[in-house]
Amino acid sequence: MADLFAEGKEPDILFWVGSAGSFDDRAKKITRAFVKILNKAEVNFAVLGTEESSSGDAAKRAGNEFLFQMQAMTNIEVMNAYNVKKIVTACPHSFNTLKNEYPELGGKYEVLHHTQFIEQLVNEGKLDLSKAKLDINTITFHDPCYLGRANDEYDAPRTLLKYIKGTNLVEMKRSRNNSLCCGAGGAQMFKEPEKGTMDVNDLRTQDALETKPDVIATGCPFCNTMMTDGIKHHKKEAEVQVKDIAELLVESLGL
Amino acid sequence: MQFIPNIIFAILLGVGVYFFANNVKKLLRNIKLGKDIDRSDQKSERWSNMIRIALGQSKMVRRPVSGFLHIIVYIGFIIINIEVLEIVLDGLLGTHRLFLPILGESVYGFLIGTFEVLAILVFISVTVFWLRRNVLKIKRFWNKEMTDWPKNDGNYILYFEMVLMTLFLVMNATDVHLQQSGTGNIISQFFVPLFQNIPFERLYLIERTAWWLHICGILVFLNYLYYSKHLHILLAFPNTFYANLKPKGQFVNNKNVTKEVQLMMDPNADPYAAPAEDEGEPEKFGASDVTDLNWVQLMNAYTCTECGRCTSVCPANLTGKELSPRAIMMKTRDRLEEVGRNIDANKGTFQDDGKQLLGDDYITQEEIWACTSCNACVEECPVNIDPLSIIMDMRQYLVMEQSAAPQELNAMMTNVENNGAPWQYSQMDRLNWVNEE
Repeated sequence: MADLFAEGKEPDILFWVGSAGSFDDRAKKITRAFVKILNKAEVNFAVLGTEESSSGDAAKRAGNEFLFQMQAMTNIEVMNAYNVKKIVTACPHSFNTLKNEYPELGGKYEVLHHTQFIEQLVNEGKLDLSKAKLDINTITFHDPCYLGRANDEYDAPRTLLKYIKGTNLVEMKRSRNNSLCCGAGGAQMFKEPEKGTMDVNDLRTQDALETKPDVIATGCPFCNTMMTDGIKHHKKEAEVQVKDIAELLVESLGL
Repeated sequence: MQFIPNIIFAILLGVGVYFFANNVKKLLRNIKLGKDIDRSDQKSERWSNMIRIALGQSKMVRRPVSGFLHIIVYIGFIIINIEVLEIVLDGLLGTHRLFLPILGESVYGFLIGTFEVLAILVFISVTVFWLRRNVLKIKRFWNKEMTDWPKNDGNYILYFEMVLMTLFLVMNATDVHLQQSGTGNIISQFFVPLFQNIPFERLYLIERTAWWLHICGILVFLNYLYYSKHLHILLAFPNTFYANLKPKGQFVNNKNVTKEVQLMMDPNADPYAAPAEDEGEPEKFGASDVTDLNWVQLMNAYTCTECGRCTSVCPANLTGKELSPRAIMMKTRDRLEEVGRNIDANKGTFQDDGKQLLGDDYITQEEIWACTSCNACVEECPVNIDPLSIIMDMRQYLVMEQSAAPQELNAMMTNVENNGAPWQYSQMDRLNWVNEE
C-alpha cells in the first residue's frame, strides 16, 4: 500500500490479510491462494503489509475493550490515510469487526468476505469459473459463525462451491443458521477449553464426517485449524482434507 | 341476599387484579434497575419483529413438534379468553351466559363450540408437553439447572392448564340449557353421560362449582405468572420489540473507552491537564451484577421461559462444559429478584449483601470463559433473548476491572499490544507470506 501511495496510485481494493493469514503457516496458504484469484481476475489491490495490525477481534471478545479500540483506531488511522474505500478479507473475524465495529470508531468502509468478493468477480464477468473442475466426490461446507449467524451470509460460499464441476456439495445435519461452531470463536482459539466431556472441534468434525466427505470446505482460517485438528483426532487425515474455498477454486482452475 | 355472589365475585376479582397490578409494578421497578439503552429507533422494523416473532410465533416452528403444539396452546389461550370476558361480566352482573341473547343462539353456539374444540386441543397438547418433559425426558428439560423449582414450575403450569380446560368443559357439560339447545356443545356433549342420573339441583351445583373454580383458577394463575417462567406470555411482546436489530456479530463499542482512547491518541492532548470538571466516580467497565446490565438484558431474564433451546445448541454445553445460556438467564433473574427483595426490605435502597451475579453464588468465571461467542443461543431463542451480551459484559468486567483473564488470553493480549498480532511474531514479518511457497 505504502509503495503504491508513494507513486500516487490508489488501489480499488484493500486486501486485509489478518494476523492468521500473515503468520499461521496453514492460513498463509489460503492468503496465497486468494491472491492467485485476485491476480487471475486482474484486481487492482494492495495490502497494508507491515502497517497492518491485529483487527482487535480476539481482544474484544476476550473482554479487553480498551485494547480492541486501540487496535481499531490505529488501523483506522492508517486506512483513512490511504483513503481506503473497499476491503476484502479471507477471515470472517476481521470481516465482522471491520464491517460492524469499526464504523462507529471512524472507519467507514465497504467490507466483504472473500467468498462474497469472488462471487462479485464472477457476476461481473471478471472471473470465469465455467471451466472450474475438480475430481472430488463429496465436499461439505462448514459455516463460520462470524460469516453465517453473525452476518447472515450463507449463500456466497455455497454458490462458489457449486461452480466447481465434478463435485457434490453435501450439507451437514447442522448447517447454515443451525450450524455448530468449530470451537475457536470468542478468543477460544488462544486458550485451552474449559473442563468438559469432549472438545467442540471434535464434535463438529463428527458432524462433517457423517456426510462421508473427501473435503471439508471452510471460509475461515480458525475453522480450518480446528477442523484439521478434529480430523486428526478422528484419525481421518488420510481420507479427508480441510480446504478453504479459495484454495479449492485455485485447484479447480489449475492456477 | 341475592347479591352476595356478585359481591364475593367483585371482591375476588378486585383482589386478583390488585395483586397482579402490584406484581407488574415490582416487575417494572426491577427491570428499570438496569442501565439505560436506547432501543427507540427503527420503529417499523421493531413492530414487524414483534408481529412475526411474538404474535406469529415464527421462531417456535423451527422445532416443528413443540412449535405446532405451542401454537395450539397459544391460540387456545388467546381465543378462550374471550369467554373469560363473559364469565367476568356474568360474575359481576349476576347474569348467566350474558352474551347468548345478545349474539343469538347460532353465533353464540359457534363461539362456544370453537372454545370447546380449542379447549380439548389445548388439553391434548399440554398432555403431550407433560409426556415430553416427564416420560420422554427430552434432554433439554433435564439439564442440571432444571431441578427443584424450575422443574416443578414447568409441570405446575401444565397441570394448571389441564385443570382449567377440564373445568371449562365440565361447566358446559353440566349446563342443562346449553346441552338442550344443542349448539356449541361439540365437545362437552361427550361428557354429559358422566353426569347422567344426577338430580338437577346437584347438577346445577356442579356447574356452579366448575364455574367458580374456573374463574378463581384464572385469577390465581394470573398472579402465579410473576413467580413463574410463564411470564413469557406477556413479556414475549416487548422483548421481541426491543431486541437487538444490528448484525449479531456486532458487539457494542464501549463509549467511555472510546473517549479515553481518543484522548490517548490525540497528539494535542495535554497529558497533565486536570479533568475539566469533577466527573465523579469513574464508571465501571463491564458487568458483575444485575445493576451493571441494561434494562433489555434484565427484561430478557424475566422473559425467559426456560425452554432450553439455547442450551441444546450451545457448543460449550453440548461438549459438557459448565456453561448453559439458559442458566445465565435464570441466574440473572434470580439475582435480580434477590436485589428487588433487598430493596423492598430496606425501604427502597439496596443494602450491600456481599453477593454479586458474577461469583460463586450465581454465574461462575468458568461459565463465562467457556463461551465461543458463536451466537447459536441468540439465533435459537424463540423470543430473541440475548445471553451472549451478558457473557461479554462479564468478560469485560473480569478483564478490565479484575485483570482476571485466563493466563493464555493474557499472553494473547500482551502479544496484540506488543507486536500487533495474537501470536508472538514481529509486525515486520507480516508480509513474509509473499515470498514463501
